[in-house]
Amino acid sequence: MVNDTSFAPWTDPDAAPLIEFRGVSKRFGEFTAIDALDLKIYPREFFALLGPSGCGKTTLMRMLAGFETPTEGEILIDGQDIARVPPNKRPVNMMFQSYALFPHLSVRDNIAFGLKREGMEAAARDARVDEVMRMVQLGALGSRKPHQISGGQRQRVALARSLAKAPKLLLLDEPLGALDKKLREETQFELMEIQETTGTTFVIVTHDQEEAMTVASRVAVMREGRIVQVDMPERIYEAPNSVYVADFIGDVNLLKGRARQNGSGVIVDVADGVSLTAEGEAEGPVTYAVRPEKISISGERPEMPNAVRGKVIDIGYLGGSSTYHVELPSGHVVKAATANTRRVAARAFDWEDEVWLGWSDTAGLVLQR
Amino acid sequence: MRSPSWFNVTSLALGFAFLYLPMLILIVYSFNGGRLVTVWAGFSTRWYAELLRNEAFLDAAWVTLRVALISSTLATILGVMAALALVRGGRFLGRTLFSGMIYAPLVMPEVITGLSLLLLFIAIGMDRGIGTIVLAHTTFSMCYVSVVVSARLASFDRSLEEAALDLGASPAETFRLVTLPIIAPAVISGWLLAFTLSLDDLVIASFTAGPSATTLPMKIFSSVRLGVTPEINALSTILIAVVTTGVIISSLISKQAIARKARDERRAAR
Amino acid sequence: MRRLTIALPYLWLLALFLVPFIIVLRISLSDPALAIPPYEPIWSKTEGLRDFLSRFDIENFLFLTEDDLYWKAYLSSLKIAFISTLLALLIGFPIAYGLARAPVAWRPLLLMLVILPFWTSFLIRVYAWIGILGTEGYLNQVLLGLGLISAPLQILNTDWAVYIGIVYTYVPFMILPIYATLGRIDAELLEAAEDLGCSRIKAFWLVVVPLSKAGVIGGCFLVFIPAIGEFVIPSLLGGSDTLMIGKVLWEEFFNNRDWPVASAVAVILLLLLIVPIVLFQRNEQRQRDAA
Repeated sequence: MVNDTSFAPWTDPDAAPLIEFRGVSKRFGEFTAIDALDLKIYPREFFALLGPSGCGKTTLMRMLAGFETPTEGEILIDGQDIARVPPNKRPVNMMFQSYALFPHLSVRDNIAFGLKREGMEAAARDARVDEVMRMVQLGALGSRKPHQISGGQRQRVALARSLAKAPKLLLLDEPLGALDKKLREETQFELMEIQETTGTTFVIVTHDQEEAMTVASRVAVMREGRIVQVDMPERIYEAPNSVYVADFIGDVNLLKGRARQNGSGVIVDVADGVSLTAEGEAEGPVTYAVRPEKISISGERPEMPNAVRGKVIDIGYLGGSSTYHVELPSGHVVKAATANTRRVAARAFDWEDEVWLGWSDTAGLVLQR
Repeated sequence: MRSPSWFNVTSLALGFAFLYLPMLILIVYSFNGGRLVTVWAGFSTRWYAELLRNEAFLDAAWVTLRVALISSTLATILGVMAALALVRGGRFLGRTLFSGMIYAPLVMPEVITGLSLLLLFIAIGMDRGIGTIVLAHTTFSMCYVSVVVSARLASFDRSLEEAALDLGASPAETFRLVTLPIIAPAVISGWLLAFTLSLDDLVIASFTAGPSATTLPMKIFSSVRLGVTPEINALSTILIAVVTTGVIISSLISKQAIARKARDERRAAR
Repeated sequence: MRRLTIALPYLWLLALFLVPFIIVLRISLSDPALAIPPYEPIWSKTEGLRDFLSRFDIENFLFLTEDDLYWKAYLSSLKIAFISTLLALLIGFPIAYGLARAPVAWRPLLLMLVILPFWTSFLIRVYAWIGILGTEGYLNQVLLGLGLISAPLQILNTDWAVYIGIVYTYVPFMILPIYATLGRIDAELLEAAEDLGCSRIKAFWLVVVPLSKAGVIGGCFLVFIPAIGEFVIPSLLGGSDTLMIGKVLWEEFFNNRDWPVASAVAVILLLLLIVPIVLFQRNEQRQRDAA
């Protein structure tokens, strides 16, 4: 969790944000894309905007790049309102989802495009292009045209082009969306490395929660033009503030019930005979959430604050782990995940087996919205 | 795309003004009562009446219509065959020459096509008249038809024909029951194209017509050489009206067909 | 069945396209005296191929080089076609650009408005300008009425009227290919250029112009090629001193009845067209390969 030596400017009330949204709204006719949004992003952050398509994350990014202007509110970069600054005058560069490589220019000329616009002299420009090409490991592809290189290489050219001007802020719009899974995972780590070495602030838009969790220092989960939660990845996962966030990030069991206070903890009555415990305070109708991997499965009643009995109705084999779907007598189905440390043939439980599920009261979460 | 800028709106407005103003002026002045075409002398339909009494124009119009109907139909048949030969014919002797002869007339200046056909008709001693115009028009419009139809043929899924053959249809049945219905829109637009090309042609008809036949464009040409006349204004207005109505109707029909298809697909998806 | 499908159009085109063309070639190479009407048979049945070839005569072509009317007509055709193409580009590009940037819902209608004049009579579209450009025409009336000029402009029967006529009738050929290439340009490319520091105008020059090159070249050839051989426009709108090769050919044939010279003019006109046609084909091929 958070410790004092780690990078966390958002915990420091005196830190100056690089970007600040103040009550920003954006409407397209009747449709509200961004709704009265406040947000601060700090220098050197790797910030992820996460949400399903249509949640407003792309609009937010395009407002930073200057392709959309807010209907209301203001956007500050380094304390300056940038509403009237056109895209070509902003210290911001963007890596486009489609890469938007100029098909009539070679790889080198694509990368040098922005440098030429700011009038950098040829020698310095060449040196800079070489530098960023090395950084993204593009090797000797400089003279090729975009259609003569692979998808992964194109992604690197697009990244190099947006990095070349050493912007204060780099925007990445679904940068890895077009790559296959394996290449995507490799590239995520390269992106993080580049972000660290250049010290640039990155804002990434993605709908892939794993990607956001991997690369980002903070994640903003968006829904219908609003930010539901902004926090570090592990907090978003471990301490979601709403059913929406818990459900959007990772796999989760969600059980509706009524909460009542019990000393320092909470008891949630989910069904007759099923009462679950968690930490914190709550009253009234709530949703009880628990992650499958936090649930242990056993043949005997476990010595745990939460223990329920049920029947295995389905087993999802995922290679590294298996997910057991266990039906409780109340009709609720609870998922429990276990790591497959042994071969499948040797697994302890099978379909129709009666099993016990157990978890600690720190694993359970009570969500009031 | 961003909302249209003033520049785009202006260039479109000026562009369409350039394209349509001359024709609009023509239409307005066709209702001018006076003989002086550039001086407005009140609304009148007298030139339309005069036009309808002009036997020479009516004869020429009748000739043109017959030539266009016959030649566009012949051109469609030959053009579809030529498209089939090009796209489905496989290899045959002189294929390059054949495709060259399909594409060459599209870029050939009309004066050359007209001259060469006339010299041919004289060489073989053929009497010139409606027949020779039909032959000439068929020749160049079949090339247009074949280009339109072969584009459609090249883009359609070959396996549909193979499925028909697989299910026991003969090649001729396959063509009639599968290929033709699919390329029908292209065939129809090919026919329309051939028809308007024929209606419109002045140069080739002038070379190949001989003294016995005069088409409407030839008649118009010989009268407008001397300047603007109110009858020609009226005639032009009629022609523009006919064409515009035709184009609007056909585009409405195709739009409706597309809409119907989209609706059916939506319904089917439910 | 397959044989008939190939043979019928093939023979038709051989008989009515290739053979007439060979006749033109043959007559252009024959003695003027033999080919003036009443027209002699091209070759008699008794004459062998050798005789047929030996009777070739390049006299007509020599005649074309001697009389500078023909030289001037060729050069003037090239000049008129070139200037008209340039003007058509200047007018057509902004229209194509406006079309490509128009709201999607409007585009089919706007596109139909560009194509609609194609279907209306070419002759009538040219004719419409006679009334506009004449000394007592509508344009002069308007300009005089506005006090912009004090004496009517002489536009009709000059080369300018021919430029206007060619641009007017062929500008859709310019608009459509340019519109097609502009429509393929990803809007994100423009945003990328702006993001990297271009102003909108700079982004236009550095991205839109180079990427629409193929359409511009295609459109230019589509105007230039038919403009060279144009006959109707110069004869209706041009003056007696407007020289265009199509008009010369027509006059040689119908007025002077000099068939061999008319044929020779036709052969050279075609030679003149080969270069642009080949270049045009290459441009089209490259575009297809790129797509």
